[in-house]
Amino acid sequence: MKIQGLYTLYKKELADHIRSKRFMIILLIVAVTCLASVYSAGLGIRAAVKEEQNSFVFLKLFTSSGGTLPSFATFISFLGPLVGLALGFDAINGERNRGTLSRLLAQPIHRDAIINAKFLAACTVLAIMLITLSLAVAGFGIILIGIPPILEELSRILIYILLTIVYMALWLALSQLFSLLFKQTATSALAGIAVWLFFVVFMGLFAGLIADGLFPVGEHSPGDVVLRNYKVRQGVGRLSPTMLYDEAVVTILNPGVRTLGLVLTTQLEGAIAGALPLGQSLLLVWPHVTGILAATMLCFAVSYVYFMRQEIRA
Amino acid sequence: MEEAKVIIRTEGLTKRYGDYTAVDGLNLEVKEGEVFGLLGPNGAGKTTTILMLLGLTEPSSGRAWVDGHDSTREPIAVKRIVSYLPDNVGFYEDMTGRENLRFTARLNGIEESIIDEKITILAQKVGLSEAIDKKAGTYSRGMKQRLGIADILIKDPKVVVLDEPTLGIDPKGIEEILQLIKNLSREDGRTVLISSHLLHQMEQICDRVGIFVKGRLLAYGRLDTLWQQVAKEEGMLLELRIEPDNEEADNLLRGLEGVQEVTHNRGLYTIRTSKDIRKELVKTLVEKDYSILHLRMGGGDLDDIYRRYFAKEGVS
Repeated sequence: MKIQGLYTLYKKELADHIRSKRFMIILLIVAVTCLASVYSAGLGIRAAVKEEQNSFVFLKLFTSSGGTLPSFATFISFLGPLVGLALGFDAINGERNRGTLSRLLAQPIHRDAIINAKFLAACTVLAIMLITLSLAVAGFGIILIGIPPILEELSRILIYILLTIVYMALWLALSQLFSLLFKQTATSALAGIAVWLFFVVFMGLFAGLIADGLFPVGEHSPGDVVLRNYKVRQGVGRLSPTMLYDEAVVTILNPGVRTLGLVLTTQLEGAIAGALPLGQSLLLVWPHVTGILAATMLCFAVSYVYFMRQEIRA
Repeated sequence: MEEAKVIIRTEGLTKRYGDYTAVDGLNLEVKEGEVFGLLGPNGAGKTTTILMLLGLTEPSSGRAWVDGHDSTREPIAVKRIVSYLPDNVGFYEDMTGRENLRFTARLNGIEESIIDEKITILAQKVGLSEAIDKKAGTYSRGMKQRLGIADILIKDPKVVVLDEPTLGIDPKGIEEILQLIKNLSREDGRTVLISSHLLHQMEQICDRVGIFVKGRLLAYGRLDTLWQQVAKEEGMLLELRIEPDNEEADNLLRGLEGVQEVTHNRGLYTIRTSKDIRKELVKTLVEKDYSILHLRMGGGDLDDIYRRYFAKEGVS
């Protein structure tokens, strides 16, 4: 019975998302921008490939900007949260405003089935969307540059997709939480966008402000202060899931990234230039991945508990 | 009806929100197959009571059982046999009436093969046969309410709980809905718990009522019993018109046992009595060759009961 209820709800939510105009609009925006960015990247790569025999050309499709447009990864990092927010901001308060929530709760299903089904269905939609898009990009890329991906590139792309799904699910969980906290769908949507703006735009400024306040860096500052300033800036910045995600993506999609902080020349002594194997790249961003996953789970857990305890009045 | 088993029972059911007590020590018994009206003004705690019965809200203290299942501990078992129609019920507007009902049916685990047939029968029953395949967003308030009744019937519930089912519906619609509700009990043998502040409508369909003010149940029982209770304490009013209308009649009336007060105004006697003396009254008058043109027991409808209890509580 429990599974039955969950499954029925899940199917309905999934159908609702896929048929909704909102989803169509978002899909269109994301698809158009991403394909455009890949096209422009592809053109750039074609020129670059002729000049040098670079490894991991295929990954460049996702990360290089090709001059006019930001890269695919940048676009996804920017738009991903919006997709997550858009799919969840009216999850609960929308039902409540339409008067369907009390009717739903009066059915013989567990209360958590509702919020679980909503989260799972939206996650599924996110996953389908992202996987389709990435495959489309990859296929488009092969046609464009004529080089098929090697196994390591494929695994890196796969990890990138998984990571991005978790990251988008974080924003989904957050917007579902807002849909519980606020009665109006417009309020919860705005709250979600506010948080998104804060992390994308202001968090970096904020981190810089704190770092400069604690360790002012001038033209003749000793290296020690510069280093501390940077450490603080990075530390505060990493409180933002956006920052974590961006760092993780750069490392996963670019085997050339060996470290995520400042490196002193002494540390580089004796290092052999070359790409990091996948395992090492993963090791480098493992804390980031854990952090994003934890934040997602935390958001969902809070909304879960809140929903279970919330007073249901018509 | 007397021996029917009790299907809904509450014991000291209480719900507090901070300092405010929404429902205060409610003891209630509803018997199988009856139509029970939960009457009271807005904010009296009717909806809260219903939510606690369904296990949607946890009581602060006290317990509630529906058909032997504890509402707080086994909400799923309760919700399997109880259907609830909330006030201002909503549907998924971009789904048709049929799709909405199908969704509810699936949530209740009804076999896929019989769902559509069931929906068609129900749609006919509530008079939505033509509109059932239209989007629920296009439905009028009355149609939504009827779809709501179809929605609660799809799982074939033992108990039906309706919260203000006639709110915001035109008179003709109200009549149809009341008839539908009545049939739920009379024809299908379901127990109906209905909450409303509209007395006249409840009077038409309820077997018993409970009067609810400020979270407390002030009185409950059959309507005539309630009325007798009121009459016992406050006396009863009889309206009378007779022919010939003369002095003698006045004296005759005053002489009857139980009569407390007689006022005479343009041929209409208003008699306050301590008990029901209609039988004796008629007998005496007929013996004296008076013809009775009009005799009506004043009040006896819910309004009097309502007014009385609310006045007592300082609410009106």
